[in-house]
Amino acid sequence: MNGPHDLGGQMGFGPVAPEPNEPYFHAEWEKRALGITLSCGAFGAWTIDESRHARENIPPADYLGASYYEIWTRAVDMLLERHGFATAEELRTGHSLEQGRVPKRILKADMVDGVLAKGGPCDRPVDTAPLFAVGDHVRTKNFNPTGHTRLPRYARAKIGVVEAVQGSFVFPDDNAHGRGENPQWVYLVVFEATELWGESGDPNSTVSLDAWESYLIPAVD
Amino acid sequence: MSHDHSHDDDDHHHHHHHDNHYSDMQARVKALETLLTEKGLIDPVAIDRIVETYETKVGPRNGAHVVAKAWSDPDFTDWLRRDATAAIASLGFTGRQGEHMRAVFNTPETHNLIVCTLCSCYPWAVLGLPPVWYKAPAYRSRAVIDPRGVLAEFGLTLPQETKIRVWDSTAELRYLVIPERPAGSEGMDEAALADLVSRDAMIGTAVVRMPEAGL
Repeated sequence: MNGPHDLGGQMGFGPVAPEPNEPYFHAEWEKRALGITLSCGAFGAWTIDESRHARENIPPADYLGASYYEIWTRAVDMLLERHGFATAEELRTGHSLEQGRVPKRILKADMVDGVLAKGGPCDRPVDTAPLFAVGDHVRTKNFNPTGHTRLPRYARAKIGVVEAVQGSFVFPDDNAHGRGENPQWVYLVVFEATELWGESGDPNSTVSLDAWESYLIPAVD
Repeated sequence: MSHDHSHDDDDHHHHHHHDNHYSDMQARVKALETLLTEKGLIDPVAIDRIVETYETKVGPRNGAHVVAKAWSDPDFTDWLRRDATAAIASLGFTGRQGEHMRAVFNTPETHNLIVCTLCSCYPWAVLGLPPVWYKAPAYRSRAVIDPRGVLAEFGLTLPQETKIRVWDSTAELRYLVIPERPAGSEGMDEAALADLVSRDAMIGTAVVRMPEAGL
């Protein structure tokens, strides 16, 4: 979706403001928000792709005004309700009113080290050969899906060069919507800044992204 | 006007608004934790453990260790180029948001810069939790269209002839910049080298320099 999250190339946000000696957290609630987000993710009821899409669906004015832990918290609320773990009333009042859905897994303290160390690999085998090879010129599709996608707007309908075949991975555009993992080949595609940004592009810089095969069509040099 | 005494109305209201927002979030997250604990869906001690992990165990010192080893051991550098995930795992750094690693090497000709324009993808296993600026709109919007301007805001002005490669983390690959080893660091051991390497140098918003000699 062309949501507020798709920020590449937008203007007006001012200078980057690095904070010297930035603490890991700026408030106690940020720590709890991190832990709640990871704990609820561990239920196994939704995927990282669905989580990302929930964040993208926060209304633009709210998204752009929120800190990242607030964005996470709003998305967790949405996901808990969507998947039947809590009702809107419960989320509003902060108290349990009815028995909700029971998750497959509840993250207990003694499981944390193992779960974090294991992570959630997203590479999956596919039974097709890669359509593109290193050195191929490819054009990204010009599409505007209303659902989740990982092809940013600034890189649509642009020509780049395949620099590496990264492997085959879960396809987020399907997985975010419960349509299955449907893995595809992913390519490292390099674009000249002038291809992306025209005359204002830095002639001595490139931008690369990792693109799923179905984002790409062959391009003639 | 000194910063400490800038208590004019605008400034006061600004901070007041900020504090209110943070206390709103404090209340909101507290309510959410209470609800989920009542329902038996979360274990508050597990949350403590997650926080402790990212405050004390998983952070940029992991990445600095990888960089120092890359500078010291050509075989390890080769391994990083071929299979960064396995090379990094050999040092004990694995797991969440480090499942599929790529190391990108700065050279005299090319400087690498990592961003996630679509969300906040970041190599947690080697750098820990991302700083606020990395997740905020200013960096995410401009790193791809004006990387030289962004670097200048970090105090890093590169010659125009230095090529900048920006890596937008759009998939599950996570990127670690291996900065150039600074001149004058010959003879330093891995631990001393690791101390030179900042988080920002491994994102690409800084380079590694030798500390100025104290006279």
